[in-house]
Amino acid sequence: MNDLAMATTPTLTHFLVISAALFSIGLLAALSRRHAIYILIGVEMLLAAANLNFIAFWRYGAPSPQPTGVMIALFSIAIAAAEAAVGLALVIAVYRHYRTTNVDQFTSMKG
Amino acid sequence: MNPWIVSNLWLIPAIPLAVALLILSLNNSRRSVCAALAVIGQAAAFILSVVALVPTLGTPHYLAFVNFTWFTFGEQALRLGWMLDPLTAVMIVMIALVSLCIFVFSIGYMAADKNFTRFFAYLSFFSAAMLGLVIANSLLLLFICWELVGLASYLLIGFWIDKPTAAAAAKKAFITTRIGDMGFFLGLIWLYHGTGTLLFYDRGAGCMEPAALAGLGPAATSIALLIFCGAAGKSGQFPLHVWLPDAMEGPTPVSALIHAATMVAAGVFLVARVFPLFNVGAVHGVTASLTVVVWIGVITALMASLIAIAQADIKRILAYSTVSQLGLMMVSLGVGGVAAAIIHLIAHGFFKALLFLGSGSVIHACHEEQDIRKMGGLRRIMPLTFVTYAIGMMALSGVPLFFSGAWSKEEILHQTAHWPGGPWPYYLMLLGVVLTAFYMMRQVIYVFLGRPRGASEHAHESPAVMTIPLIVLATCAIVFSVLLTPAWPWLHDYLMGETARFDARLLIQPVLFVSLVLVGIGIGFGWFIYGKREGEIDPLQRAQPGVFRFLEEKMWIDEIYASLVVAPARFAAAFSNFMDRYVWDGFVRIVGGIGQLFGIITKGVDEQGINSGVDEATTGLRGIGRIFSAAHSGQIQAYLGAVAVGMLALLLLYAWLV
Repeated sequence: MNDLAMATTPTLTHFLVISAALFSIGLLAALSRRHAIYILIGVEMLLAAANLNFIAFWRYGAPSPQPTGVMIALFSIAIAAAEAAVGLALVIAVYRHYRTTNVDQFTSMKG
Repeated sequence: MNPWIVSNLWLIPAIPLAVALLILSLNNSRRSVCAALAVIGQAAAFILSVVALVPTLGTPHYLAFVNFTWFTFGEQALRLGWMLDPLTAVMIVMIALVSLCIFVFSIGYMAADKNFTRFFAYLSFFSAAMLGLVIANSLLLLFICWELVGLASYLLIGFWIDKPTAAAAAKKAFITTRIGDMGFFLGLIWLYHGTGTLLFYDRGAGCMEPAALAGLGPAATSIALLIFCGAAGKSGQFPLHVWLPDAMEGPTPVSALIHAATMVAAGVFLVARVFPLFNVGAVHGVTASLTVVVWIGVITALMASLIAIAQADIKRILAYSTVSQLGLMMVSLGVGGVAAAIIHLIAHGFFKALLFLGSGSVIHACHEEQDIRKMGGLRRIMPLTFVTYAIGMMALSGVPLFFSGAWSKEEILHQTAHWPGGPWPYYLMLLGVVLTAFYMMRQVIYVFLGRPRGASEHAHESPAVMTIPLIVLATCAIVFSVLLTPAWPWLHDYLMGETARFDARLLIQPVLFVSLVLVGIGIGFGWFIYGKREGEIDPLQRAQPGVFRFLEEKMWIDEIYASLVVAPARFAAAFSNFMDRYVWDGFVRIVGGIGQLFGIITKGVDEQGINSGVDEATTGLRGIGRIFSAAHSGQIQAYLGAVAVGMLALLLLYAWLV
């Protein structure tokens, strides 16, 4: 039985770089896309980046018997699910009102 | 040491998956490149699965697996893995081969579709998920692929998203199977709680191995039934079968894929894979959970074949025949005939893909007409489609000797006949055999025989890219039967780990004779009723309008669900809406009203007393306010951008300070 030996062991830096990349991609999506659902997806990617950081710091930080980092990430995933449900409901409500999901058209908050 | 293929079994699902991602990233005007990629990826998966079949042929009870740790969570390590045993090997070969035929057929069938490339990406993804499902050595990995299969089916059933019925059917398929998956997931958690592992085989420590199963005790029955909920949802068993006929809204190659190689096969495969769990504490091969499986299968098989009699849509008849054949497989699993069920699953995969692609060819020729009452006489116009369809029909009906479906069905009936739990499933299955032969005969007469009517008058034979897959599948449906005969039951013995011996005397069996008579009755009866049909009205409808209506309306099961499940949910939503709008909103309005009243009083004081002095100051402030209000564009992305810039500025400040 040949177990899959990892060629290199990933370090904290790898995770932080991936997380930063994920964050930047998510931010880019949230800022540049015009479709409300894509913006939501971008925000979800920001959350994913934060979760990855939680787990990475827990894994590489001071050894702890409690899986704290993972638990926070789990909570955050659950909250993100609720947030996505609310967000999508908002998108639908906004769509019914404006007949579009292009965020450029939503200007009723203009001061 | 494992052969090379065992260590690299993951390539089989990974190649179609990579192809799917690659196609999605390509421009959707590169149609031929995408189609070629999908077909090549599938062909590679097929070749690899044949390579994987080779090592399992030599040794009886061949079992090899590769496990690895996915992640460690506190003290617990979550491990996944893949495995190769005869069950996996025959499944991957069947899935890859049938998918390959369907892919090639789709090139012709979808040629005019504007989302051609997206279709091939989804098809590849679907097949990848299913291949991943059958090689999984972990219930968790199986569950992950299971959900991916569900996602892929959702995407493909609703492929024509502009069609509201297709979108509704996709949603229905997804939600209905999700109800079953909920049970599956609970069962999975319970199993993990009971055994501490989700690996099937792990050198004695896996959850399908005797040590873990013995530790489960009476919980095994509940876990098995929960897992069966998932299998019932995916494999369209009563009462979760309602999505399967509606799934006909997808393009025909998708129906073929769902009904033959992927999706519905997953449920039967799952029960076969975790069969040791169902079998815990068996007395003469009967346990509570297996009895449930038998009866659900019997109910499904009979109900579906009755409904199929009265349907007019060519694909819906096939859909209900799939439901009934899956019921048959479940019965077989329930009575302990795991090998028989898998053999029928494989044989069914070939001939049902053949029938669906044949119906696709017919629909294509009749300009997207699906109503069999408007067809007829296609025998002369589409000879190739007719011959291959007739082969598929005879395989499904179970015409003995040359058609694979007959032998596999025989095997199931044989197993059911000796079930210690009672004789009724056997008798009811025999009735199902008659009904199947009858409704398939009805369909073939309507579509291919007689004079052309309506849609079939301007029909034409399909191009070679569509007929060649039909010929390949028809050949499989016939040649495959060589491996199934009782005289040389190679596949059965291969699955059970025995060595096949040729014995011609076993060819003659009482059960075979019985079913030969029954199939003859079914086909003869179909010919008698429909052979000399005149006019538009179905002869059965004329004789028994009430019963026919009951079957035509699918026993009103959809309507029952609408009133029992959907209506209460709607009521709850309306009730919440009422509470929100009037009760809570009213409360908020009262509070607001008090505030408003207070505001009116202060306003009076304000306007009379303080206002005049402040007016001067506000004129000055308004100028500043205008400057700031320019930043308030109302564009949420501008706000978000400002937040991002601010955060960056803070980060830079922090970096500079530290």
